[in-house]
Amino acid sequence: MSKLVIIGNGVAGVTVARHVRKRSDMEILIISSETEHHFSRTALMYIFMGHMKFEHTKPYEDYFWKKNRIDLKQGFVSNIDTDAKRLTLSSSEQIEYADLVLATGSKSNKFGWPGQDLPGVQGLFSYQDLELMEDNCQHAKHAVLVGGGLIGVEMAEMLLSRGIEVTFLVREDRFWGNILPAEEATLVQMHAESHGVKFRLETELSEIIAGEDGRAKSVITTSGDEIACDFVGLSAGVHPNIDVVSQSKVAVGRGILVNDYLETNIPNVYAVGDCAEIQVPEGRNRIEPLWYTGKMQGEALGKTIAGDKTEYIRGIWFNSAKFFDIEYQTYGFVANAPLDNISSFYWQHPEQALCIRINYQTDTQVVTGINTFGIRMRHEVWEKWLANNCTLKYVLQHLRDANFDPEFYRRYEQDVINTFNAQHADSQLSLSPLHWLTKRFTREQAHAK
Amino acid sequence: MQNNHLTWIAPVKKSGLSLFLVGFVVFVGMLFTNNFTLTESALSNAVGNDSHRQLIQPHLSDLIDTTVSNKVTFIETLRSTFSEYNNTLNDRYTISATDIEAIMSEVESLGHYELAILDTVFSGQNDAGIYKAKKLSDYTGWLAGPQGKPLSEIEQIVNEKSAEINVNVSDVTNGKRIYDYDAGQYLYAITKNASSGVVAQNVGLFFVLSVLLGTLGALMYIIPEKYTGPAGIKNNNVFTNSATNGGLIGILVTVFLVVVYIALYFFPEYIIEWVSLVDPMFKVLNGSGAGSWSIYGFIYTLAIVVMGVRMFIKYRHSNYHIARTASLIFFQSSFAFLIPEILIKLNQPSTDLKNMWPLDYDFFDAWNLDSLSSSGGIGMFILVWGITLFAVGVPLFTYFFGKRWYCSWVCGCGGLAETAGDPYRQLSDKSMKAWRIERVVVHGVLVFAVVMTGAILYTYFTGVKTLAGIDTYTLRSAYGFYIGALFSGVVGTGFYPKMGNRVWCRFGCPLAAYIGFIQRFKSRFRITTNGSQCISCGNCSTYCEMGIDVRAYAQRGEDIVRSSCVGCGVCSSVCPRGVLKLENGTVDAVIDQSKKDETVNIVQVMTAEEQKALVS
Ligand SMILES: Cc1cc2nc3c(=O)[nH]c(=O)nc-3n(C[C@H](O)[C@H](O)[C@H](O)COP(=O)(O)OP(=O)(O)OC[C@H]3O[C@@H](n4cnc5c(N)ncnc54)[C@H](O)[C@@H]3O)c2cc1C
Ligand code: SF4
Repeated sequence: MSKLVIIGNGVAGVTVARHVRKRSDMEILIISSETEHHFSRTALMYIFMGHMKFEHTKPYEDYFWKKNRIDLKQGFVSNIDTDAKRLTLSSSEQIEYADLVLATGSKSNKFGWPGQDLPGVQGLFSYQDLELMEDNCQHAKHAVLVGGGLIGVEMAEMLLSRGIEVTFLVREDRFWGNILPAEEATLVQMHAESHGVKFRLETELSEIIAGEDGRAKSVITTSGDEIACDFVGLSAGVHPNIDVVSQSKVAVGRGILVNDYLETNIPNVYAVGDCAEIQVPEGRNRIEPLWYTGKMQGEALGKTIAGDKTEYIRGIWFNSAKFFDIEYQTYGFVANAPLDNISSFYWQHPEQALCIRINYQTDTQVVTGINTFGIRMRHEVWEKWLANNCTLKYVLQHLRDANFDPEFYRRYEQDVINTFNAQHADSQLSLSPLHWLTKRFTREQAHAK
Repeated sequence: MQNNHLTWIAPVKKSGLSLFLVGFVVFVGMLFTNNFTLTESALSNAVGNDSHRQLIQPHLSDLIDTTVSNKVTFIETLRSTFSEYNNTLNDRYTISATDIEAIMSEVESLGHYELAILDTVFSGQNDAGIYKAKKLSDYTGWLAGPQGKPLSEIEQIVNEKSAEINVNVSDVTNGKRIYDYDAGQYLYAITKNASSGVVAQNVGLFFVLSVLLGTLGALMYIIPEKYTGPAGIKNNNVFTNSATNGGLIGILVTVFLVVVYIALYFFPEYIIEWVSLVDPMFKVLNGSGAGSWSIYGFIYTLAIVVMGVRMFIKYRHSNYHIARTASLIFFQSSFAFLIPEILIKLNQPSTDLKNMWPLDYDFFDAWNLDSLSSSGGIGMFILVWGITLFAVGVPLFTYFFGKRWYCSWVCGCGGLAETAGDPYRQLSDKSMKAWRIERVVVHGVLVFAVVMTGAILYTYFTGVKTLAGIDTYTLRSAYGFYIGALFSGVVGTGFYPKMGNRVWCRFGCPLAAYIGFIQRFKSRFRITTNGSQCISCGNCSTYCEMGIDVRAYAQRGEDIVRSSCVGCGVCSSVCPRGVLKLENGTVDAVIDQSKKDETVNIVQVMTAEEQKALVS
């Protein structure tokens, strides 16, 4: 029987295994070094804050693996011989494979800052990082975070939950400036400040200074300021973890190079998830370091390996996150700065941290993307609207079909329409009547063929 | 969070906690303050049944007019007097070898048998002596007088006749036995009437120092939370705090609750001071004063209100939680607490109108049916209402709104679970094994409830006391003891801090099982999963009080349709990606699971008409 070996038990590797098992009887082995069982990396912060214990972050109960005949091995793969189709583990054990899936994930970025490896300085990616953070925070009073992205905000929330003060160094002129337009970034920043985070915008790290005990005691910024601290969090993004193939014939760029079928240059070797760099013949290669994409890639690859060759299609882009108490969702594409022939309609609540931005083509009025903060949207509806080139007018008038907030929540569709009408004296819109089946309508329509 | 103007929060919370603890200590401490003096009048007030009083009174002579300050000594002496009385009943009414010896020694000195001998011999034996003397007179009257019979013959006759009498001793003792149920009532009433102490004399003071102080302290602990930062999910340190992670404090609370429940159900005479504490209040409410369950009803309601305030603050960003908590507080304080007391005051049959069979398992008891059907308009209304509610109301409301309309909006058990129990929701077991056990047990209880009720109704209408060889009354009392008392009370609530706040609702409640069937198979309610947004973090499953592994569905993009879901909405609140929404959708959508576990290419293409609508 042919044997599938998967390196990495993150969401990408595990999804491959599950989807192969749904369709095939082949032997499956997952080798991973971090933890014995698959857990949800996205939940690391909740363990630290005491919302959950590690065991709660395991998406499958421990019996699941045996029941589905997915063998698990905790170990570190140190070498891959693609000619002999053989892996070598750091324990010197050798394992042969018929198909090999590389799902080795990411590593935290470090940009060669002086002092970046001092005790008290760390990123947050793995379970071991979490344990380290637990240690580092025992006596910490003040933390500096470097790099304003999603993991940075999570670290800020974690640190504040232990009463540790947080100063955030952000390279851009606003929070998460390479993704968010100014209004949204300001909204998030003000909310984080209300939780106690202090921001230093357009400020970069130049050096981390060690104290007498050898631990980080302060950071020096590019503007020359020294900020005293006893914890430095590096959250300036991640990059694909390609160490495992460095000695092999598998081709790499920034990540492991694959085509739309997630195949590498070597037959029967695939890469999936954070570590994969999808080649785009005309354009920039894509690295998608996200939970959702890892899962979708895993699903496509699982089918391929089981014999049903399936192309990975990202479909309509979406993402979501949470900044302290504000939930964020995005569908389609919303750039961080104005683009040619793209107009933007923006609505923000006068007091609360709620806003919606809808971008659309100026000439055709076709909607291209939405950012929403503090208001939940229905995935299927937005996907449908974007896939079918709905116009701004249609979307605004039907906005309540897309609302996914819990029952009894205050609804803002009317406010949104009013704002739009105030801005566009020429086109007065009104909400489509909420016929009594509207709530089902959205769902049934989404299911309709 | 770090802002300086919020420095008042910590001290206020701390003082609140201290006040609460003082209130708690006073509340528990008062149980050890009464003295007990059993007077004749206390006894006659307590034991209304004259013959029972006459029977037991001689046995209590040692206690009469002496003051006992140790509650345990007093109650246990009393208890053992009753059981001693019952246990020795047959012995005392049996003509013993000693009795016969005494008779014979009189016969010897007299030279012949005389009935007067009997009075002498049995004079010291109270009612038993009178009975024995009477019986022997009847059986041996012909032997009296100097008839020249040899002593040995007299002895033989006395022996034979005594044996004949003794065979039928239970004919008389059965009537004199004081059964456990009555004994329990007397025990409580005697203790109550015999007790006096500082609590009853200073009700106002004790009420302030215990209940009001505790409430004030709790509110001082709870309300400042509102000012600690923006609204949102606040579950920090839930699993590092031993009060909420099933640790030491949780275990201590469990022990306390279990002890209190055992006292309430089986030893109410021990909480007599609590009864006096609320007696004046209940006199106002119902005109007759507090019983042993009054304090429970009162504290239960208070807990729902105070911890309901905590819910208002904790979930101040969610109108769903605010609405359902307000509803729970309303139904508990009016339907469960005030209205029944007022009905008593109006001399009407009293009931909690939102409770229903089979949770209200004694609804079909003969005494209840009789009292309802014989007490006019209101009684009849309660009867018809009670039946309509479970036969029509449940299917109808559950079809439209799911189980939640009852379990997390109306029910009293749910009320406590959703308020006082909220800090413990994360402790429910989410494993597949727990789910298997749950299904067997909760449906087992439903079957038990249905069979039990069927049996007592059979007896009610036919008068036949046994069904398939089983005594229907025994079945009913077994249900009351094991399910009504042990399961719903002692385990169901006592184990909140160890097994989560819905132990009873999940594993035991027959009404929940019944509503669950409808929710599972014929309801519009479901929890919708938002496309493929789930990041499998596990918050939803962790905070599901019913132990549903919500994530297992959400991460497959599948809607959640589970009979146990009470629709509390917390999974939707704690989800950091807004994946879950409670909805009253259509039946079709609930059953359409074609999207199960497939997330790639879920883009749909519109129909031609729809596209046209867009362009226009
Ligand atoms: C704190 C945090 C929060 C996040 N939040 C979000 C979010 O909200 N939304 C979102 O979309 N994404 C989020 N992400 C990103 C998301 O978690 C990742 O994209 C996803 O986990 C990647 O999955 P993967 O399977 O590709 O790799 P990983 O989960 O990284 O798994 C790779 C595994 O392979 C193991 N491995 C690597 N090399 C070897 C070797 N040589 N031998 C053996 N084992 C090896 C690693 O130890 C690791 O366990 C977050 C990430 C972090 C760190
Ligand atoms: S809380 Fe939300 S994101 Fe987390 S597992 Fe549940 S549904 Fe998924």
